[in-house]
Amino acid sequence: MTEEDAGGVAKRFLYVNRRAPYGTIYALESLEVVLIGAAFEQDVSLAFLGDGVYQLTKGQDTKGLAMKNFSPTFRALEDYDVTKLYVEQEALQARGLSEADLVVAVEVVSAERMAEIMEAQDVILSF
Amino acid sequence: MLHTVNKSPFEHKALEACLKFARQGSAVLLIEDGVYAAARDTAVSQQVQEALKSVSIYALKPDVEARGMQDRVMDGVRLVDYGGFVDLVAEHNAVQSWL
Amino acid sequence: MKFGILVNEGPYTHEASDTAYQFVKAALAKGHDIYRVFFYHDGVNNGTRLTVPPQDERNVVKRWSELAAQHKLDLVLCIAAAQRRGLMDAAEAKRNGKDADNLAPGFRISGLGQLIEAGIQADRLVVFGD
Repeated sequence: MTEEDAGGVAKRFLYVNRRAPYGTIYALESLEVVLIGAAFEQDVSLAFLGDGVYQLTKGQDTKGLAMKNFSPTFRALEDYDVTKLYVEQEALQARGLSEADLVVAVEVVSAERMAEIMEAQDVILSF
Repeated sequence: MLHTVNKSPFEHKALEACLKFARQGSAVLLIEDGVYAAARDTAVSQQVQEALKSVSIYALKPDVEARGMQDRVMDGVRLVDYGGFVDLVAEHNAVQSWL
Repeated sequence: MKFGILVNEGPYTHEASDTAYQFVKAALAKGHDIYRVFFYHDGVNNGTRLTVPPQDERNVVKRWSELAAQHKLDLVLCIAAAQRRGLMDAAEAKRNGKDADNLAPGFRISGLGQLIEAGIQADRLVVFGD
């Protein structure tokens, strides 16, 4: 079975990101799943809640940490047909952030709307 | 949807986040350190009691017992074993783990 | 019902691997199928055969291996996460010029595609982590 024909009807996959980058590896490794998963042509969404919104902020300069700055990868997701990026409005506000502070175009949603999106998913991956 | 929460509500935001996004009629299963949220008379008991009005709340019995909480579980929170955990997963369309 | 399982943490430090194991056992006892158990992040550390836990403690790695043998489970370590953390099978060790391999019986190392595939093919995917 090739990766491309692994299934019939596309399932709705939601990747839930609640952690900030660099302090732990979860943000980076979950993005790696998204990239690999893109080849499977499922219906993919990414949700950024709580500290997860920090993964998307502009101006990340990781030279001093000798770590890879992977935030530009979020801009490349479009090329993989992963375009549904949802950011929790309250999380942005609590952190003094706005959409203008993010590296990529996202849909900022209320908790209510996010809950609706989550309820509609078939597979939810948390890291 | 079934939601699982494995963190203590006193040190982490996982339960708060879960309850914020869990829709009416969903189920929340407290596991591992998450079972502390099932205790009576804590700083979060009121929030949990309130949540019981819209979601079903369960706690994983082996985790409750390991932590000596078996006599402190609030009314309305149902204890399940691992078999019950499996049944809950099977009964709901998807599972979301609040880690 | 077919379950896909994702384990994100290693043995002992977090309860994740324990809870996952007990869940899998209970699911099998109820006649369900386990499509795959996928280990990611530090979860790959569940696959080293070099652990020597105290005699009076549960042997997390060994019981995964035993459960896998008993029920023909597919236990998969993510290759990228395994490489970062030093989990190798014999072929990988040779390929990477390492002088040892440490993969426990019943586990295999493969790509992240196996996780996605489990999500697609199983009826439910359950995540155990920190």
